[in-house]
Amino acid sequence: MKSFTYERPASPSAAAAAAAAPGARFIAGGTNLLDLMKLEIETPMHLIDVNGLALDSIETTADGGLRIGALVRNTALAADTRVRRDYGVLSRALLAGASGQLRNKATTAGNLLQRTRCPYFYDTNQPCNKRMPGSGCGALEGFSRQHAVIGASDACIATHPSDMAVAMRALDATVETVRPDGSTRRIPIAELHRLPGDTPHIEHALAPGELIAAVTLPRPIGGAQLYYKVRDRASYAFALVSVAAIVQADGSGRVAIGGVAHKPWRVEAAEAELPRGARAVSERLLADARPTHHNAFKLTLVQRTLGAVLAEARA
Amino acid sequence: MSDSSDDSGLSRREVLALGSGLLVLGATPVTALTASPAAADESPVRQAVTSKVSFLVNGQRRELELDNRTSLLDAMREHLHLTGSKKGCDHGQCGACTMLVDGQRLNSCLTLAIMHQDAEITTIEGLGTPERLHPMQAAFVKYDGYQCGYCTPGQICSAVAVLDEIRQGIPSHASGDIAATPQLSVDELRERMSGNICRCGAYSNIIEAITEVAGERA
Ligand SMILES: Cc1cc2nc3c(=O)[nH]c(=O)nc-3n(C[C@H](O)[C@H](O)[C@H](O)COP(=O)(O)OP(=O)(O)OC[C@H]3O[C@@H](n4cnc5c(N)ncnc54)[C@H](O)[C@@H]3O)c2cc1C
Ligand code: SF4
Ligand code: FES
Ligand code: FES
Repeated sequence: MKSFTYERPASPSAAAAAAAAPGARFIAGGTNLLDLMKLEIETPMHLIDVNGLALDSIETTADGGLRIGALVRNTALAADTRVRRDYGVLSRALLAGASGQLRNKATTAGNLLQRTRCPYFYDTNQPCNKRMPGSGCGALEGFSRQHAVIGASDACIATHPSDMAVAMRALDATVETVRPDGSTRRIPIAELHRLPGDTPHIEHALAPGELIAAVTLPRPIGGAQLYYKVRDRASYAFALVSVAAIVQADGSGRVAIGGVAHKPWRVEAAEAELPRGARAVSERLLADARPTHHNAFKLTLVQRTLGAVLAEARA
Repeated sequence: MSDSSDDSGLSRREVLALGSGLLVLGATPVTALTASPAAADESPVRQAVTSKVSFLVNGQRRELELDNRTSLLDAMREHLHLTGSKKGCDHGQCGACTMLVDGQRLNSCLTLAIMHQDAEITTIEGLGTPERLHPMQAAFVKYDGYQCGYCTPGQICSAVAVLDEIRQGIPSHASGDIAATPQLSVDELRERMSGNICRCGAYSNIIEAITEVAGERA
């Protein structure tokens, strides 16, 4: 690991101002950043510890939604009685991720901004446009079983690994930020993560030094809220494919998919197909899919997983 | 990952502070050879790459000055010589380094020691002693909840926290009804213990040990 200096700022705006310096990074739970720093994939010169910023509460908003502080731990968010009652898909997605130990440390903001688990990104002997722009993509010519089937590019076929983000996408969450100049803005979750395009190293819409302060959820919309995750072992593994769904009694609903793209994948138009069943929805959702021969199975897996989710929702 | 000192007895911070002047010394530290004088001048170097931290470890106040990079695990093992916590993977993938911090379990390999000012840390050494074992330690012995023992300190710390999490009503992936109070079952324990890998495969005995302790507490 490269050496770095360290500070604990006193306020969110002080943190954002400090983070504008080149080589500065926020550290929250540290469960993704330190992992990558040990491998020298991330080499910050200065760490800004945001844990003392009092951004760790969950509050009810004026319009009946929830405002989740950026530092709320994954365990605390999953266990919150309001989340379990009104946003079940979020609790379920969180509990399907990582392990008890990791969820105790992992934060809401850190989880959203965690980086891909592409094995070529992790192996510094391999070419990777995300880790080293212009070096090529090891996965395109390599073993791509766990990679993206849609929204990818010739530069990168990595997936976003978060479970929580998939549920947040289905719930239409909004990310609140503070910029280095002290101004704030709200970013819809659909616009937070980017597709890889020609610049896979640019993963999200945040400017340098922009701090996530909170994530807000709109008023509860009810319905059956489910999260199914398919993986190589029953626990403590990343998704091959996951489905977050909110299904109403009249058969309408929302569907977001994980494990298939560089961001949680949701196509609102596909949701109109819900009354016609899983096949119709997934055909629309994945209409532009370009799988590799290693991961074409994900298309079938999405359809079957969605089928199982819809069967449970209607049971 | 430690580079706290070298042959010259200088800390990295002092080496950086001395910059190119150091090259005239006889025993040249590696850092002086690799850090070009120009680079040292450009960077706002002279800031500390070490920090002071103090916390309560197994009930005792401990103060350390550590390289910022030191993980909580290395601080316990290398600096306080509490070698009960084990380093399996050093990447959050095995659970061997699990300890309790402010009553919660975490992977001590994936967190920096200096981020834990004033924290209350309990390692396997603090749970019980050979004369007065913690009930979970005693149950692991009784049920042979290990073979080589390498994962065991992490398993035991994790298991103690798992029973606490169930008592607090924290749900898990195995809880059928997410809104209901979680129940104690083998499925729940297996899911909640999944962050602790055992290469020897002592899982079924581990579950028996935890189940017995859970029963006593119920
Ligand atoms: C073995 C293992 C298994 C895992 N399995 C899963 C899984 O199955 N599903 C899953 O979803 N995840 C999984 N994870 C990933 C885990 O969820 C993430 O590591 C965690 O959520 C990251 O949160 P953190 O607070 O620790 O982030 P950090 O590591 O502290 O930060 C991550 C990134 O976010 C930035 N950041 C942090 N806070 C802010 C802020 N407030 N504003 C702006 N930027 C910020 C940091 O600068 C950094 O770039 C796993 C991790 C491990 C190690
Ligand atoms: S898929 Fe993306 S992250 Fe993986 S090797 Fe290719 S460029 Fe890198
Ligand atoms: S050593 Fe920390 S999880 Fe493996
Ligand atoms: S007892 Fe050997 S690894 Fe678990």
